[in-house]
Amino acid sequence: MLRLHDFKEGIRIALTAIGANKMRSVLTTLGIVIGVVVVTLMATVIEGLGGALDKSISSLGTDVYYLSKWDWFGGEWWKARNRKDVTVEQAERLRDKFQLAEAVVPVASTWQRTMKYKNRSVKGNVNGTDPTYEITSGVVPEDGRFFNLYESNSGRPVCVIGYDVAKNLFEREDPIGKTIKISGYSYRVIGVFEKEGDFLGTSMFSKDTQAFIPLPNFLKIFGTNRSIDIHVKMWEGVDKESAKEEMIGAFREIRGVPPGEENDFGVNTQDFLKQVFDGVVSTIGIVGFLITSLSLLVGGVGIMNIMFVSVKERTKEIGTRKALGAKRRSILFQFLIEAATICMMGGLLGLAISWPLSLIIDEVLPSSMPLWVVGLSLSISIAVGLISGIVPAYTAAKMNPVDALRYE
Amino acid sequence: MPLIHIKDVVKTYDMGAELVHALSGVSLDIEENEYVAIMGPSGSGKSTLMNVIGCLDTPTSGLYEFTDQNVGDLDDNELAEIRNRKIGFVFQTFNLLPRSTALHNVELPLIYSGVTAQQRREKAEQALVSVGLGDRMTHKPNELSGGQRQRVAIARALVNDPSIILADEPTGNLDSKTGIEIMQLLVDLHEKGNTIILVTHEEDIAAHAHRIIRLFDGKIASDEVVAEPLIYAKAE
Ligand SMILES: Nc1ncnc2c1ncn2[C@@H]1O[C@H](COP(=O)(O)OP(=O)(O)OP(=O)(O)O)[C@@H](O)[C@H]1O
Ligand SMILES: [Mg+2]
Repeated sequence: MLRLHDFKEGIRIALTAIGANKMRSVLTTLGIVIGVVVVTLMATVIEGLGGALDKSISSLGTDVYYLSKWDWFGGEWWKARNRKDVTVEQAERLRDKFQLAEAVVPVASTWQRTMKYKNRSVKGNVNGTDPTYEITSGVVPEDGRFFNLYESNSGRPVCVIGYDVAKNLFEREDPIGKTIKISGYSYRVIGVFEKEGDFLGTSMFSKDTQAFIPLPNFLKIFGTNRSIDIHVKMWEGVDKESAKEEMIGAFREIRGVPPGEENDFGVNTQDFLKQVFDGVVSTIGIVGFLITSLSLLVGGVGIMNIMFVSVKERTKEIGTRKALGAKRRSILFQFLIEAATICMMGGLLGLAISWPLSLIIDEVLPSSMPLWVVGLSLSISIAVGLISGIVPAYTAAKMNPVDALRYE
Repeated sequence: MPLIHIKDVVKTYDMGAELVHALSGVSLDIEENEYVAIMGPSGSGKSTLMNVIGCLDTPTSGLYEFTDQNVGDLDDNELAEIRNRKIGFVFQTFNLLPRSTALHNVELPLIYSGVTAQQRREKAEQALVSVGLGDRMTHKPNELSGGQRQRVAIARALVNDPSIILADEPTGNLDSKTGIEIMQLLVDLHEKGNTIILVTHEEDIAAHAHRIIRLFDGKIASDEVVAEPLIYAKAE
């Protein structure tokens, strides 16, 4: 049992001892400091990634399947290369055949096209699609509107542009009704999408940098010789799994896949993000855990070593305290508290270092250091102190008072 | 009943190759309010005897009763408690905590006996005043002279109102003038009713005591009451 006066005296002794050996104490805690920095930054990054994931998922639109020649995640791309293209015609057949979907949207894309207004230009992906795209997209036009069925079917030269495209081309001007050039062709801007934000830390896949034009128009300009994506969104209330099975069955039939053979197309969902995320998180987690444990181990051994030194140096003091009536328990606590205090200061130092670093991370990946990790780091630090202090403290506690007093 | 009753106490150190007999059969009684000096050549077992009396060390064999308690029956914690409440130590090397103030040094025994902070402070201040250091309470040991340090140590020894004060060569590290001042302090304590046991090499220091025990080779060579101790001679 730890009595209050033992505790107070212990803290007092610890602070005096640490104060007398400031440099030594700080250097000793290096392992703890590194451990705490790693563990807190790791938690911050994981938290940030989680936030990014949530945003990305919501931007993709929920419960949307992306039928494509390619598998987004996993799969074997070298096999996918030999697959037949996914065509607009297949999309139309699926739309007719498959009734459980609210929307079956053909989306043809081309990468890094130049968009120009007056003397300003940007590069971004250009997509050809139809009005049902709005159902699956997850974002809505902030200004203006999406193109309607008439504009789409007749292939009018109209476009809806992403937030960043609008900002970069028009700055303060109102884009609606203005004409821009996409790969040299003129399009009238009829809508601007709301800001979507970066997608897992990159604007590459974000709608913010893209433009959308009617599909017939797209095919005319960029050619039909390409594989498109089909975005499928099920009706509310249908059973997800069976609907998915039915969709796959229908699309297999359309593409003429014989029974028993595997799909010759990718059925992608936002789940891939989750998989990427889990992969990244577990990698960070494992690496972080290894570094943290290693530095805590090194730190713990360092603390144990310095505590042995401290006990040795103060042998005479221990003898004196015992002569004055200190019990084993008091001496034990004295050194345990000293070890725990050193480690806790290491923990605080670590937090003092990782706090500004977490603000820097926040710039790149919106995040904040979770509070629980602060508590956890301090608890771990103290635990390391107690564990590595126990043997030296016990050595001190069981010293024979006469031998301790005689020690030179 | 004597305060201290020692019968056939033997203390042997096993050095592997040989056995060192630090005490080989010591018997003595010490009454309350005695002032005893223990003398003898170096290595004769004086410190060993003091450590046994002070419950810092346990004899290899023999009986030691302190205030009618058989010390041999006590465990570590009980011994610590006796040292804390009944015994005050004064060491040749002062043994103060270097980074603590005089006041905190004197408070130490009270901390270990669980006295409240308020009382602790009062008692420690009182003790320091009684050794003439009322104006040095917040000084650290390295800010004090040798004599002052030993006074702090004496204040520390008496702060818990012990039954007995044990001083192992308390003047050994002091010049003779300071030594005499320290001796005067012990004489005063004795006159107030304290029991004092003192180890010394110097005849004129021992001359303050009213009983002188001489050790030789771990045995008591002589144990005599001084006809006219310096204390009384001076008092006249
Ligand atoms: N811890 C120990 N281990 C081995 N021998 C010891 C130990 N302590 C004391 N001795 C031996 O016991 C004998 C008595 O020692 P002690 O310290 O009691 O002598 P002392 O009379 O106090 O001498 P001094 O006047 O030099 O202080 C000595 O021979 C010493 O070497
Ligand atoms: Mg000695």
